[in-house]
Amino acid sequence: MKSLGVRAGILSVVLFLAFCLAWQIAVTPSTSSGPALDPEYAKLMGITTVGAQSAMPGPLDVAQKFWDAMKNPFYDNGPNDKGLGLQLLYSIGRVAIGYGLAVLVAVPVGFLIGMSPLAYRALDPFIQVLKPISPLAWMPLALYTIKDSNLSAIFVIFICSVWPMLLNTAFGVGAVRKEWLNVALTLEVGAWRRAFTVILPAAAPTILTGMRISIGIAWLVIVAAEMLVGGTGIGYFVWNEWNNLSIANVIVGILLIGIAGMILDLILARLQRRVTFPE
Amino acid sequence: MAEIDSKFISIEGIARRYPKREGGVTTIFENLWLQVPRGEFVCIIGHSGCGKTSVLNILAGLETPSDGAVIVDGQAISGPSLDRAVIFQGHALLPWRTVLGNVAYAVSSRWRKAGKAEVDERSRRFIELVGLKGSELKKPAELSGGMRQRVGIARALSIEPKILLMDEPFSALDALTRGTLQDEVRRICTATGQTVVMITHDVDEAIYLADKIVLMTNGPEAMVAEVVANPLPKDRVRDSIHRHEDYYVVRNHLVDFLVSRSRTFRDEKPAGYDPRRPPIVKLGSAAQAAEMANTIPFPATASARD
Repeated sequence: MKSLGVRAGILSVVLFLAFCLAWQIAVTPSTSSGPALDPEYAKLMGITTVGAQSAMPGPLDVAQKFWDAMKNPFYDNGPNDKGLGLQLLYSIGRVAIGYGLAVLVAVPVGFLIGMSPLAYRALDPFIQVLKPISPLAWMPLALYTIKDSNLSAIFVIFICSVWPMLLNTAFGVGAVRKEWLNVALTLEVGAWRRAFTVILPAAAPTILTGMRISIGIAWLVIVAAEMLVGGTGIGYFVWNEWNNLSIANVIVGILLIGIAGMILDLILARLQRRVTFPE
Repeated sequence: MAEIDSKFISIEGIARRYPKREGGVTTIFENLWLQVPRGEFVCIIGHSGCGKTSVLNILAGLETPSDGAVIVDGQAISGPSLDRAVIFQGHALLPWRTVLGNVAYAVSSRWRKAGKAEVDERSRRFIELVGLKGSELKKPAELSGGMRQRVGIARALSIEPKILLMDEPFSALDALTRGTLQDEVRRICTATGQTVVMITHDVDEAIYLADKIVLMTNGPEAMVAEVVANPLPKDRVRDSIHRHEDYYVVRNHLVDFLVSRSRTFRDEKPAGYDPRRPPIVKLGSAAQAAEMANTIPFPATASARD
């Protein structure tokens, strides 16, 4: 009997192949069954170029496009023709800046809020109202006030990823076990040292949970934001290829968004594991 | 000097009151007086709810009394201090630090300017003292309950406190582990002449460890009924302690107190009871011999309650 991991891996591959097969069958034009398209009607609809072939690409077409894109990911032939790797880097760069700023704000502010039950109670209604606002709802306001589409995208990333981190940090700091604080008190540990040697390590797993939720949100938001602001980025790429009616490229873009999001989450998950302590 | 030594810890009229939800005040205890001489091992025993943990937290400086003051070594306490180490009921180790890290945290807090090597050396010495040599780099989660509490003891002792405060330190352990840890604590404390105040509800633990046993009545409005001087010899050992002729005299006295007198004491105070000077009760053969020679009856001896 092989290990669970190996068996799960085999099953994953089998499922993937079955999915690709079903996909291929679904897009293969049927020659025998069904009435052939009336050529006149087809002409009218502008699909003469593809003939009986569906506009939906098969898995092999997508794999081909994917391979082409991966062969040369960083070329730059002007605003409408950039390598996929380059587009991805633009998106990751935006997320890094917006998310990084959010971390810099949310963790210290959350720390202070968590230390003071008064502040926690007073600020809670604001946070609860601001938290569920869709990122794109901020967009017009951001574009009007900031007047720069790129900065607006970063602002939207910031404003959407700040709340989960703020709440989790405040909660984690507020929930530090009394006995650990008492240990520090009886050892006459000063406030600063106490914050860094007791409260921060005790709250770190909760803070990292918030950071992990936020990076997921940030990555969701950037694709949507880039579709709106345009110019560069993986979201813009997907929208641009839709305008080009290149569904294969759209699927490649979707795949890359998923993979990049997974990697971002894995990085945060690894960080989270490092600060988590068993009790 | 002798005056200061016999009043090394002086609890002077402390009270603990909470506001009731429906108005008014709940008094856990008030006008509580107690003195602990230097180098003595004192156990406070009583039912839960009598505020004994509050008394310990006030001694530790983690709680402020609603009234009264505590004077240690001639100085009123005003908060937690490195002079008073606490061994907590739940070991209260920092789980993200190793055994060594936990003890070193205390040592480096005590000696802020000490170098890393010094802190390390001292921490290892105390880890060895409690018999955990070889487990320095383990995390608390990898240790058994008894071993964790040993780390707690090492941490408390490593800062050389004037007073060691223990809040039911062994109550969460199994009987066997509890026994060995009691032995260790007794060995270390008698060797160093450590002043100890310990909360417990275990009668045998109190008789084995304590020089004096403070009996607290039930709360609310708990009070110190009496202080029992332990008649057993200083060199008592666990294996033979129950064969000592005075053992059951003390034990019965304590159990009787917990079973009935802790409840009725408040209404049946012996004549001349003064909360400022709780009577010191001497039991056993030596005390009886003294009583023969002395006609003044001891207040609050077992016969007084009938």
